[in-house]
Amino acid sequence: MTVELQIDGKEVRAEEGITILEAAREAGIAIPTLCYHTELMPHGTCRICSVEVETRGRMRTVVSCGCSVEQGMVVKTRSPRIDRIRKTLIELLAPTTAVDGELGGQMKKLAREYGADTHRFESRFRDRPTRCILCGQCVRYCDEVVGEHAIGFMGRGVDRRAVFFPEKAKACVTCQACFNLCPTGKIPSETDFVVFDGFSVDDYLAGEL
Amino acid sequence: MMVSTTKSKGLPKASGAVKKAVGSYGKDKEALIQVLLDLQAVFGWLPPGVLREVSEQLDVPVVQVYRIASYYKAFSLQPRGRHIIKVCMGTACQVRRSPQLLNTISAVLKMKPCETSTDGRFTLETVNCLGCCAMGPVVAIDDVYHSNPSTADLQKVFESAE
Ligand code: SF4
Ligand code: FES
Ligand code: FES
Repeated sequence: MTVELQIDGKEVRAEEGITILEAAREAGIAIPTLCYHTELMPHGTCRICSVEVETRGRMRTVVSCGCSVEQGMVVKTRSPRIDRIRKTLIELLAPTTAVDGELGGQMKKLAREYGADTHRFESRFRDRPTRCILCGQCVRYCDEVVGEHAIGFMGRGVDRRAVFFPEKAKACVTCQACFNLCPTGKIPSETDFVVFDGFSVDDYLAGEL
Repeated sequence: MMVSTTKSKGLPKASGAVKKAVGSYGKDKEALIQVLLDLQAVFGWLPPGVLREVSEQLDVPVVQVYRIASYYKAFSLQPRGRHIIKVCMGTACQVRRSPQLLNTISAVLKMKPCETSTDGRFTLETVNCLGCCAMGPVVAIDDVYHSNPSTADLQKVFESAE
């Protein structure tokens, strides 16, 4: 079964059950993502993929990676409202991801594209920058695809951290699949492939993360 | 009965306790939280060796065991004393001067909140509401609730604690 919908004014036919994000990509329309990965279950934590959707005359904002297409939907992937949401999200994430005031990787590209003021929330940010936005791509890829369970989340709320379990991480030396996934560049620049100094469960337990 | 934290480091002991806890739920993975609660009651906290045993015996990735153990406040990943002191910092108790109560306890025991005394006797914790606001300010010592205790009352309780 296919459904017909409109994305950015373009008539699109999409298979029923796929997400707005997938339908848009098939139609060649780019939507930014930070926590989405084609091989993983949708996570819906970064919200950067938010789009405007109009169904039966009602407009709402949804995360395109977690919302299925529907017959007759009208989707806008860019609008003043969407741009403002994305800009603010980047600004909120910036203080924890910046290294010496500079963003890296995907975050840097997005900040430029949306004209984000990366210093906007700096003065109100009191924690140590962890450089992790908790997108969970590393954790979920290791769980769902690689199956090694070498990296996982610990703690909750503002204390949540992604940590490596060195004794499980023998495979990391050759795998390194998560290195390229990390949207902030934390993993490639902070891991040493072996004992994960400063990134391990022992560091977490010692209260150093 | 509480097992002292130094003794709990011995691994054979851990594997036995874990075997019992895991066995009592028929090795059901879904019982992970229950298993951890039981072990927390045995050891007073969840030592790394115990968590790794749980992972092995329950066949659940160690990552997942740690995620659960570090998520809930009911679990402690740090050694705790034989006696747990919980001072209520909930709104009602705040208004009724629980910060002063905490200061008094800190001074009497010469330890800061979130600390465990070096002799392994006490752990001083703060909690957010013990559910009996009318008794505030409240401190629970080994789950016995004390309403607005005087310094002398506290001293007596602490002295009787081994
Ligand atoms: S370390 Fe990187 S990939 Fe992993 S959760 Fe944090 S930001 Fe995402
Ligand atoms: S990509 Fe959709 S919420 Fe992160
Ligand atoms: S606020 Fe202390 S018991 Fe409720």
